[in-house]
Amino acid sequence: MNLTELSFPTLCFYLCAAITVAAALGVITAKNPVHAVLSLVLAFFSSGMIWLLLQAEFLAISIVLIYIGVVMVLFLFVVMMVDINAARLRDGFWRYLPVGLVVAGVMVAEMALVLNGRYFGLAAVPAPEPAAADFSNVKMLAHLLYTEYAYAFELAALILTVGLIAAVMLTFNKRVGSKRVDPADQVAVKARDRLVMHSIPAEKEPVVEPVTDGSAEVRS
Amino acid sequence: MMVPLSHVLTLGAILFSLGVVGIFLNRKNLIVLLMAIELMLLAVNINFVAFSTYHGDAAGQIFVFFILTVAAAESAIGLAILVVLFRKLQSIHVDDLDGLKG
Repeated sequence: MNLTELSFPTLCFYLCAAITVAAALGVITAKNPVHAVLSLVLAFFSSGMIWLLLQAEFLAISIVLIYIGVVMVLFLFVVMMVDINAARLRDGFWRYLPVGLVVAGVMVAEMALVLNGRYFGLAAVPAPEPAAADFSNVKMLAHLLYTEYAYAFELAALILTVGLIAAVMLTFNKRVGSKRVDPADQVAVKARDRLVMHSIPAEKEPVVEPVTDGSAEVRS
Repeated sequence: MMVPLSHVLTLGAILFSLGVVGIFLNRKNLIVLLMAIELMLLAVNINFVAFSTYHGDAAGQIFVFFILTVAAAESAIGLAILVVLFRKLQSIHVDDLDGLKG
């Protein structure tokens, strides 16, 4: 490819791809897990940019909002919360580096061999036309999600709820001696548990008797 | 956009392999293992988006949406398990997780 015929989006693509690969390398080689998480944030962000170039605007925004904004921050919290002995966690790093590199090299070579043949080049799969100015990617996805994939969409909501409840139940720390009210007990209570009627015989008033010396005295 | 589809797919392949290597290299560190899995999911998502764009079929993007949902739930539960583990063992070293004697 001639350098002069590189258009700006193409240049952006290769730049973002290079940043993504470098950040991914940073994730798997960082000594400090905090640095690994921050590299992962960079990888997600630059691949979001690639998705923007591929005209998937909704997903590009949602990966920044959902992934970087929520999941990565969760990772960061956990990394900072647990006390990690980083040196001990890295033993075996150099021992496994050669075999890891061999496996990765073979995988990349195989996939590149298949992908860079004539089946996936520009001749076989031409680049898509740029979308019209008033085309809305979000509108198209929303239309599909709420019609064709409505059932799957509801299942996704269910999965998120299950994940939420599971995470809370796993990390919930029961404290002994905390004074709290059990809502189930509150709901299940009946009137007769709260109010007990006793029939008590009426007591007689203490009688005030006149004493012989004249002054009134109360005798109990 | 004049990038051939094969270049985007190759980027996905490189990212996936880096995730695999990450599992090889950091097999003692549970947090980095989770992050390597996230990298592999990202590679898969890139492939989905690329095919969706080049074939003009929006189903791929819908699928990426669902993958993001499931991956978020997965990492939330994984991190919760990790926190519970750390509370119990005071460590996240994989060699310390021999409670099942496997």
